[in-house]
Amino acid sequence: MTIVALPRVMSGASGRPLTLREHEVTFGIATLGAALAGELEASGLMGRGGAGFATSKKVDLLRHQRGHHKVVVVNAMEGEPVGHKDRTLLSSNPHLVLDGAQYAANLIGARRVEVCVSRKDSAIVNHVQRALHERERRGTGPEFILHTPPWRYVAGEESALVHWLNDNETMPQYRPQRPNVLHVGRSPALVVNAETCAHVGLINRFGALWFRELGTPSSPGSTLVSVTGAVHRPTVLEVALGTPLRSILRAAGADPEPLALLTGGYGGAWLSGEHLDAAYCNEALGPLGAGVGAGILVVVPKGACGLAETHRVVKWMANESSRQCGPCAFGLPALAEDLRTLLHDARDPHGVLVRLKERCAVIEGRGACRHPDGVVRLVESALRVFAGHIDEHVHGFPCAALTTTRRWVTVPALEHESDLVWE
Amino acid sequence: MNRKPDHFVLRVDPILCDGFGHCHELAPELVQVDEWGYPIIHEELTPTSEVALLKSARLAVRGCPRQALRIERTNGPA
Repeated sequence: MTIVALPRVMSGASGRPLTLREHEVTFGIATLGAALAGELEASGLMGRGGAGFATSKKVDLLRHQRGHHKVVVVNAMEGEPVGHKDRTLLSSNPHLVLDGAQYAANLIGARRVEVCVSRKDSAIVNHVQRALHERERRGTGPEFILHTPPWRYVAGEESALVHWLNDNETMPQYRPQRPNVLHVGRSPALVVNAETCAHVGLINRFGALWFRELGTPSSPGSTLVSVTGAVHRPTVLEVALGTPLRSILRAAGADPEPLALLTGGYGGAWLSGEHLDAAYCNEALGPLGAGVGAGILVVVPKGACGLAETHRVVKWMANESSRQCGPCAFGLPALAEDLRTLLHDARDPHGVLVRLKERCAVIEGRGACRHPDGVVRLVESALRVFAGHIDEHVHGFPCAALTTTRRWVTVPALEHESDLVWE
Repeated sequence: MNRKPDHFVLRVDPILCDGFGHCHELAPELVQVDEWGYPIIHEELTPTSEVALLKSARLAVRGCPRQALRIERTNGPA
């Protein structure tokens, strides 16, 4: 049995997780086995966690590591507050994700799979736990272990996740050589995003040719997108990569003529509402300064203030820094402060704008992880996309959006406003 | 065919670094500091034949109280 069109990874979604038996009825039983390595490479599957690194390369790197004690780490942390794709996937098709992890484990020769779900999502933890029990009763496959690290933005970064598995600390680690192999204990670890696992599960059943039926030649397949902001209701959609943004927005019931879209997540970039005809894939969005990232679209309607939205995101991101590296611990609060000054009480707005640009250039690339780079990308894209509106702020025109309390990008409340580290 | 490494890069571990700023004082031609006192190092390959630069890089490495600096020796670009 083959799944012909969309949905693929979301097939059989019924509002509750599929049991193992239902899962096998929906997707069939895997057939490829050892041929999976070649098929993965032919499929051109890109990781869906945000970085978009080719999964086959990652797998090959691990296959050529020595040792019998390798592990697969399934990353379902979903650090992005506006992303819901991994949670949605695990609450409807948990076994597909676990299947993919199991195949990857067989491929690299791992005997253990560590599934990491944030402890904030207790419902998802329960779903995964139930699915793992079902598999345990079957008594086949590698050993699955469920981990529930605390939720924070950087905890989903792969080195931070491995750090948690080793030392119970959700802090990113410094890795000068990339790509490098992370280790859980002394075992080389393959860290894969949950959605990527689901795609691996499908490729193992239906093959690379089937996978490439959807999508574009350089970004094949389908992907999950979380659409929030000015939408009828926040949704997670499964779309083919390369779908025009306009039809994604229509399918999500979003504002058809928005001011801008936040693409990729909080460490992503703004995309002007003029570019709605662009295809949703990295090769089309890249030249526009945006990207698919972690599969996130936030729709910001006309009349909103892009600067205000950016400021709220940057302020939260600055507070989420793990404060290990100086440029991130001091630089991001400085960026947030500059944005606030531009918004509210600019004495010397031109000077602030120049300083903001300089600081962006100084901060980029100087952290141990990509957290500061993501924020810099967001700020720089805001300066580009909202240039006209920022000009109005600089010249002291009143901004109508500041008089309303309606905000579009969901930012989690800081627990205590006074907890802001730099104040 | 392995050549002997004839270039070096000065690198900082940003997690270890606490912004003492000694490296900037010891090797100002290689290390600038930002407004918060953390080093900005342009990680570009420098030929080992530039003895003065290598010497000050060594000074910076030895002078770092957090031992966050390192000299990596690599082959040149071509």
